[in-house]
Amino acid sequence: MQAFDYVAAKSLSEAVNLLTKYRDQARILSGGTDLIVQVRENHRQVGMMVDIKGVPEVNTLSYNGSLEIGASVPCYKIYSNEAIKSNFPALVDATSIIGGVQIQSRASVGGNLCNASPAADSIPALIILGTQCVVNGPDGERSVAVEDFCDGPGQTALESNELLVKLVIPTPAPNASSFYLRFTPRNEMDIAVVGAGAAVELSADHQTFVSARIALGAVAPTPLFADDASSLLAGKPVSDESIEEACEAAKDIATPISDMRGTAAQRTHLVGVLTRRALNGAINRIKEGS
Amino acid sequence: MADGNGYKVVGTRPIRHDGVDKVTGRAKYGADLNFPDMLFGKILRSPHAHAKIVSIDVSRALAHPGVKDIVTSKDLPILSENILAEDKVFYKGHAIVGLAAVDVHTAEEALSLIDIEYEVLPAVTDVAKAIREDSVVLHQSLTTNTLGEKTGKPTNISSHVRHQNGDVEAGFAEADVVVERTFTTQTVHQGYIEPITATAKYNPDGELTVWTSTQGAFNVRQQVAGILDCPASKVRVVPLEIGGGFGGKTTVYVAPVAALLAMRTGQIVKVTMTRDEVFEGTGPAPATLIRLKMGATKDGRITAADTDLFYEGGAYPGSAVGAGANCMFAAYKIPNLMIDGFDVVVNKPSSHAYRAPGAPNSSFAAECVIDEICQKLDLDPLEFRMINGAKEGDRNPIGPRHGKIGYLETVEAAQTHDHYQVEVGNGKLRGRGVASGYWGNGAGRSSVNLTVNQDGTIMLLEGSTDIGGTRASIAMQAAEVLGIAAEDVRPAVVDTNSIGETGVTGGSRTTHATGLVAIRAAESVIEQMKEKLADHWEVNLNQVDFADGTFLNSDNQISFKEAARICSPVVGSVTESTTGAGGAFGTHVVDVEVDEDTGKVEVLRYTAVQDVGTAIHPSYAEGQIQGGAVQGIGWALSEEYVYDQKGQMVNASFLDYRMPTSYDTPMVDTVMVEVPNPGHPFGVRGVGEVPLVPPLAAIANAVSRAIGVRMTHLPMNPGSVLKALNKI
Amino acid sequence: MSRKVHVQTQINGENVEFLCEPRQSMLEVLRNELDLTGAKEGCNNGNCGACTIIVEGRPVNSCCMLGVEAEGKEIQTIEGVATPEGLHPLQQKFLEHAALQCGICTPGFIMNAKVLLETNPNPTEEEVRFWLAGNLCRCTGYDKIIRAVLDTTETTGVSTNG
Repeated sequence: MQAFDYVAAKSLSEAVNLLTKYRDQARILSGGTDLIVQVRENHRQVGMMVDIKGVPEVNTLSYNGSLEIGASVPCYKIYSNEAIKSNFPALVDATSIIGGVQIQSRASVGGNLCNASPAADSIPALIILGTQCVVNGPDGERSVAVEDFCDGPGQTALESNELLVKLVIPTPAPNASSFYLRFTPRNEMDIAVVGAGAAVELSADHQTFVSARIALGAVAPTPLFADDASSLLAGKPVSDESIEEACEAAKDIATPISDMRGTAAQRTHLVGVLTRRALNGAINRIKEGS
Repeated sequence: MADGNGYKVVGTRPIRHDGVDKVTGRAKYGADLNFPDMLFGKILRSPHAHAKIVSIDVSRALAHPGVKDIVTSKDLPILSENILAEDKVFYKGHAIVGLAAVDVHTAEEALSLIDIEYEVLPAVTDVAKAIREDSVVLHQSLTTNTLGEKTGKPTNISSHVRHQNGDVEAGFAEADVVVERTFTTQTVHQGYIEPITATAKYNPDGELTVWTSTQGAFNVRQQVAGILDCPASKVRVVPLEIGGGFGGKTTVYVAPVAALLAMRTGQIVKVTMTRDEVFEGTGPAPATLIRLKMGATKDGRITAADTDLFYEGGAYPGSAVGAGANCMFAAYKIPNLMIDGFDVVVNKPSSHAYRAPGAPNSSFAAECVIDEICQKLDLDPLEFRMINGAKEGDRNPIGPRHGKIGYLETVEAAQTHDHYQVEVGNGKLRGRGVASGYWGNGAGRSSVNLTVNQDGTIMLLEGSTDIGGTRASIAMQAAEVLGIAAEDVRPAVVDTNSIGETGVTGGSRTTHATGLVAIRAAESVIEQMKEKLADHWEVNLNQVDFADGTFLNSDNQISFKEAARICSPVVGSVTESTTGAGGAFGTHVVDVEVDEDTGKVEVLRYTAVQDVGTAIHPSYAEGQIQGGAVQGIGWALSEEYVYDQKGQMVNASFLDYRMPTSYDTPMVDTVMVEVPNPGHPFGVRGVGEVPLVPPLAAIANAVSRAIGVRMTHLPMNPGSVLKALNKI
Repeated sequence: MSRKVHVQTQINGENVEFLCEPRQSMLEVLRNELDLTGAKEGCNNGNCGACTIIVEGRPVNSCCMLGVEAEGKEIQTIEGVATPEGLHPLQQKFLEHAALQCGICTPGFIMNAKVLLETNPNPTEEEVRFWLAGNLCRCTGYDKIIRAVLDTTETTGVSTNG
């Protein structure tokens, strides 16, 4: 493994200063479950690892009007959190299938996002939940919508002297729920061939879609917000026909590649299957919850 | 007392002797040895699937601080191309340069400073393409040895063997139904969890010590001594605990390089592969292309079979096509038969043994065609096997007559099992598949040394490395003969200087062969003790008896323990080339459900029946069967080497190679049929290989029946099932 | 080579200090610097679980953690699971059920299963299989491992008394 230096930052400003000093040579270390392996396998060059797990702001996990998840909060704390289980189930779906439980002990949603894999499980879940990413840098704080955060595989909207601090997710409306699932050949310990998430708000009688947000993973260079597929459902009856229409619209925006994990045709087909299952999953949760 | 088999120890389930060390993390495996001045070795491997090596310049690497030595094939006393390539590389991952440095990171850094100029050649990584006239040829010196004749023309087909029996054309003419199919399987890996590793020490007096994780310490000794051109007696191989092998650790990869670096530096050198090196640089099981035509009468009698087997040898000749041919029809009576087997080189790692080498591939074809015949004839597939199945005295279609075997017993046990009695379920795409399988099992050289302690306990030294509980199964056999408890025999696997020559722990031979030698050694101990007691009691030898753990004559009766106090020291030492391995059969039943939208196959229920002869330690015999079945689930559904256009393996990691996890598998119900093997005093048959033979076809038959489409390609991953369902 | 860092940590209840380069993984430190070789390297990228240790009560792949990150942490390894009084119930059940063949994956399974039972005292078979999916075993087909873990929960109440 290439040699690098390591600093365990104690504050946001210390972390930002290190990033400013080392710029492209520096990399934020949180759970490390992607980063350490990438450096070991020479997929990423790093001269300075800035460990932020000791920074208080990135460890926050609170639900007061909105959900705030610090960038370093590991998956297991997210899926064990009662408020998240009740209100943001798609986040539980996603975080409980990232790696094995050993990975989930360390891997954070913030890290999953900053790693910017097209197949990252948590990103579609964050997109459908309307997440804002709070970023800190030398000029202070700014906020980025999560669907705008990833620029390409491994590429994000972060400047080299910025870091992700926390994710802010608004409280869902009543009669709303969310669902994320992926397709993998193995039942666990696998990378999504396709991932799909859906957040749905229904009318009080559960007969009509008030709104929906659909997001897809592993079918484009970045996880996608399926804008048309989402918006067309608003006002539509909750029916197989409406859902099929959304599935077809979701398939339209998929531009998958063929690789060892699946062919483009297989992925496009799976977008339809998984979008349907995600929508139905969210709808069933609303019905079960009422 | 074991349950009714007449034995006291055999058939019981004692805690294995090496168990506590293994559950507490104290057992020392291959990579667990550390020495204060130890160097770490690394191997530079080819990034190309096929290339000429134009030049190698190690000067920058040698100048890197911390690097101690660098070797290439020129430094090997005897050239061994798969250890370090000479002037050509034949697969991505082919070893070229070895180096030693002060730590593993420094060694890795130095690898990137080695400059090699390649002339990249076109590569062929598919057996179907490699056999074509216009294919890239790997070895210009390789010509086909066809039916004993050399063709003289460069080719990738290294050999063509034929087995012929009866009149195939007449047999097909007699058939009411004929099925012909072409099957393909992909390269798969043994998938042992412990990477290949070796540590070597060289003393100025010429004594070389190699600590390694291996299925056969004496094989390592022979190969290392051969490549380094030194007497075997100067090489001591110390087998450490072995973290899985499945045939993959019956040859050497890094041990000669570690030894050479140790000889040259005078320091201890450890070389351990990374996981991607294991996938790309060690011998996997061959991909195969198999065409098979089989005919049967409408009352379900097989009349003829004609098959072509193309097995990938990888970079060098030597695939398991011969064993594939031997095993594929062994369960059946087939009057007319033609088997043509071809060993084909391709730009992949040199193929190597993997659990019942060759047999799963060919049996996949045979058992799937049989299933299709059953469907066409509307015959129950187990009933079909009862009609055609072999029993004692029947001829293996290409070999000698079967001795006492338990094949039909496995079929009967499957038929009557609850699993086969209940419906597979409906409403979804569900199917049930069955398949049988055979492995001939091995015998051969083993050595055991028994020392009787004064307290009546026994030290048992053996040369067989313990890959899955054989310390226990060997010790139990000695204990049975000596009339003492399994716990009173303390087994130890020792180095090549401390025991007689012993073959590999492989071919399902160890519990049979080393067990048999342990029995002989125990019998020798009893004889010696009888002699000493005769002296002690001042009676004739023939007046001393031994029965049920007790020595006695007309006036005396003492336990083994008491006798030990009188007789010690007693040593029974036996080394013997054993024979009498009994072939064994298994029949598996599996239920699957296919997700019609995603193509994913879920294994719902799995029952594996096997004739184990006599199970010495039933838990470990069951464990072998369960482990084999799950490896079969992986081979059938998810495992394969995926290659890109340039012949590069793109999934050389545990993440993307996709071996089954605990969350992908059901419990595996085992039924052990015991038809004792007459070639062993307790009736032992080898257990380990058989269970990997039936699963591929059993699962393929289940999937085919579930979706109504005959599956002929492995793995049956979601993409291929979706295609079969015409969904993509 | 980077400058070595001084790390103070607690391993199996003992205060431990070591020097390591930042690039050395916790697995490497345990095995090569501290000679605690019970954690095994099977893949070095978090996909086999053979290197599982417990950090602050959670199972972690020690190959995906840097040695320097151990600073101030409480760590358990397989070497600290048994006591002078005897084996941990899981270790005993693994032996009784023959839940190991070659044994290379066993330390990782035991470490991960130990946290499972501390977290979820009475898991279902499904829950055990899901939790242990990050631990590969190539020998046993998992059957006997799952049974050993389930049997530990049924007979020993390991979660409440340790």
